[in-house]
Amino acid sequence: MGLKRPDLETKISNLLSPLVVAGAGGALVLIALVPQLAALIREQLQANLSPTAAAVAASAIGVGATVFLVGQLPVFLIWFERKVAAHIQDRLGPMRVGWHGVLQSFADGIKLVFKEDIIVNGADRFLFKLAPFLVLMGAFSAFAVLPWHTGLVVSDLNIGLLYVVAITSLGSIGLLMAGWASNNKYALYGGMRSAAQMVSYEIPTAIVILSVVVQVGSLNLQDVISAQLGGFGNFANWHIFRLYGLNVIGFVLFFICGLAETNRSPFDIPEAESELVAGFHTEYSGIRFGLFFLAEYGAMFFVAGLTVVLYLGGWSGPFFEGPLVFFIKTLALVFVQMWLRWTLPRLRVDQLMALCWKYVIPFAFLVLLVAALASAGAS
Amino acid sequence: MIEYVGVLMFLAAGALLAAAATTVSGLVAPHNPTREKLMPYECGENPVGSPWGVQFNIRFYVFVLVFLIFDVEAVMLVPWAVVLKELGTPALIAGFIFIGMLVLGLADVWRKGDLEWVREEERAALKTAPKNAKAA
Repeated sequence: MGLKRPDLETKISNLLSPLVVAGAGGALVLIALVPQLAALIREQLQANLSPTAAAVAASAIGVGATVFLVGQLPVFLIWFERKVAAHIQDRLGPMRVGWHGVLQSFADGIKLVFKEDIIVNGADRFLFKLAPFLVLMGAFSAFAVLPWHTGLVVSDLNIGLLYVVAITSLGSIGLLMAGWASNNKYALYGGMRSAAQMVSYEIPTAIVILSVVVQVGSLNLQDVISAQLGGFGNFANWHIFRLYGLNVIGFVLFFICGLAETNRSPFDIPEAESELVAGFHTEYSGIRFGLFFLAEYGAMFFVAGLTVVLYLGGWSGPFFEGPLVFFIKTLALVFVQMWLRWTLPRLRVDQLMALCWKYVIPFAFLVLLVAALASAGAS
Repeated sequence: MIEYVGVLMFLAAGALLAAAATTVSGLVAPHNPTREKLMPYECGENPVGSPWGVQFNIRFYVFVLVFLIFDVEAVMLVPWAVVLKELGTPALIAGFIFIGMLVLGLADVWRKGDLEWVREEERAALKTAPKNAKAA
């Protein structure tokens, strides 16, 4: 008898799992150390290059780091979501590939690259190929204005929030394009629905963002965070605790709109599998499907991050502050998004529109009016 | 304007990542199309008609029209929101008049039943003639 000799897959898994877990831990340490690293890099650049070249090089490094993070995050988030889903449903979820399935997403990613890429007959080939590009570009470039710490933002735009509202709608064009180009009825319905949903929820999103802008008096995301610094325990000034508690309504509305804008459940009727197969990406396979997936999880993280910036004080916190605090808060909100997905049933299309136009928009106006009254009265 | 370099770089990085992924996949993925594989998916049946001939609920059009008005309004409100703290009460009154007209418009659309996905009279028609009725 004796133990069976482990096969190759077990060996690879035994080797890679600790590496991945250690890598995730290392990434967290690295995120915590980003301010020091950035200061070091900036010093070196300014010593060796002209001011313009130094600024360009600094943003290039920032873009590289952010894209790397955002490109890796979905790998972790998909595994995390499957685990959350499984445990909510009293299952174990992925367990086979690596320790508690940590290698599952890597395996799936590699699989997607090696899958045949099919473009159906009669599809608009150019638009079909262009759509994932647009969606991914929209999801990535929103990260340009997300602040991680003081002075730690790739593009510190003075119109940051307006830019966010503008650039995130690039994704809805991409989804509509994907649905239109697929030569498939389910895809077209899914694309139309997602366009209708995203434009509808863009209005309350903009109004709720404006209610914060009215209180801060600036569109810059760093200014929004510095307005929330100080106070008791360094968290009493967060926007969610202000405006006689009405900002809690704003926070909830913004969270709802974020779910709808990223087509997350319970607002996932554009890809409702029980009626539309897979919605706009019905005909997508292989890596192009993977790109849509990447963009979706990137957008999820971004929406949670923006909620943290607007209402939960961004990178400030009671005991610590910095990128890690921001990251943990954002992940907590992402967890809530997943939790809701596996708890609430999907809305019908008429309920979805009614919720937006009859409840969310009027309440968003109410929050904006009270915020305007309070800040004009304070001046 | 130097901040906008980062934005451009992000757009370029997104496009570059997508291009790299599709190129690598194009090199390593098999390519073996068959007639069935290239057929648009319709639950295993042969596709009937063109997808560009399907009918849409006219409600989509109404929602887009209302959206357009509110979106333009949101753009107008952005500068107002930024300077409200400095300008104080006069700006507040002006903004409230502006928002008030829009809310009146929303109330009007609501009263006319255009926010319903299926209107009352359509619902009645569906009840009396269920066989000719087409779901949206």
